[in-house]
Amino acid sequence: MTPALRRRLLLLAPFGIVAAGGAAFYGMLQGRRRGDFNPRGVPSALIGRPAPFFDLPGLPGVEVPLLRHADVASPGRPVIVNFWASWCVPCVVEHPQLMALSREGVPVFGIAYKDRPEASRDFLRRHGNPFARLARDEPGRAAIEWGVYGVPETYLLDPRGIIRWRFAGAITPQILAEELRPLLRRHAA
Amino acid sequence: MRRAALPAALAAALLLAPPGAGAVGNPADMLPDPAQEARARAIGRELRCLVCQNESIEDSNADLARDLRLLVRERIRAGDSDAEVIAFLRARYGDFVLLRPPFTAATAALWLSPALALAGGVLAIWLVRRRGGAAPAAPAPLSPEEQARLAALEGEARR
Repeated sequence: MTPALRRRLLLLAPFGIVAAGGAAFYGMLQGRRRGDFNPRGVPSALIGRPAPFFDLPGLPGVEVPLLRHADVASPGRPVIVNFWASWCVPCVVEHPQLMALSREGVPVFGIAYKDRPEASRDFLRRHGNPFARLARDEPGRAAIEWGVYGVPETYLLDPRGIIRWRFAGAITPQILAEELRPLLRRHAA
Repeated sequence: MRRAALPAALAAALLLAPPGAGAVGNPADMLPDPAQEARARAIGRELRCLVCQNESIEDSNADLARDLRLLVRERIRAGDSDAEVIAFLRARYGDFVLLRPPFTAATAALWLSPALALAGGVLAIWLVRRRGGAAPAAPAPLSPEEQARLAALEGEARR
């Protein structure tokens, strides 16, 4: 290597490092835009595993059967389990999407998280009830079994009761159209 | 004097309070056995509060952190070892719950970067030194004319 060539390479080294950093940063920004990179997101440890066991009381005053573990253990078709609460603002945002799925006949199961039963009941009376089955987890202990760290959180289970998808946050119309519906179609077969 | 006393006392109380005293806010949540409670705290400091994310569950005021603190104590009371308690939470919340991430292919860059940086620094110093050792050849001695000029200049300066 001639000294001149070496000097030129040394001069280029900082540019190379900056370019690599820029490319990495660009990739991160693209990932954020697409939604597949979220530095604060908590990946679920339960993907590909069966639904955890739970045994919870129902929601008095709501005419819906109790959600039991047996209903999600091997449901025979894709089902949705949604952790929600009346005090949770994003739950109001995602409510119309859950209602739409419910109207289409997709089984949407609800678990009320850390909520007074009367407050949960009033929420469903005011906004409508998308849930085919309901349970309530006032202490939040069953939610820990599912790895829930906030509400709303939504799980998609395949016909064999295996957790295929978990979404933390409100199911917006975009999430519904771009993620949940394709997954429902894929696991319906 | 009297007016200054209360703020001073407050400041002293704040300074003297042991760090993390506010962690398990409710004494009823603590384990009666101090040794078990100390274990629970040590485990809790290794676990991330998933809501606030940069605090351990021992330091966080989030509801979920409190639930997890109670869960840690519940597992300890049930006779779990420290590793079993951590495995219990890791099975539910994944590696993300660990404030000290395990060494895997995904975290290799994270764990190795300090060693790589150190090795890079050592290499750089070694390269510079090696080149530096060869370079400073002793300067050529002054020629007679230069010595004469130097002497003239020095004589001028002295005068």
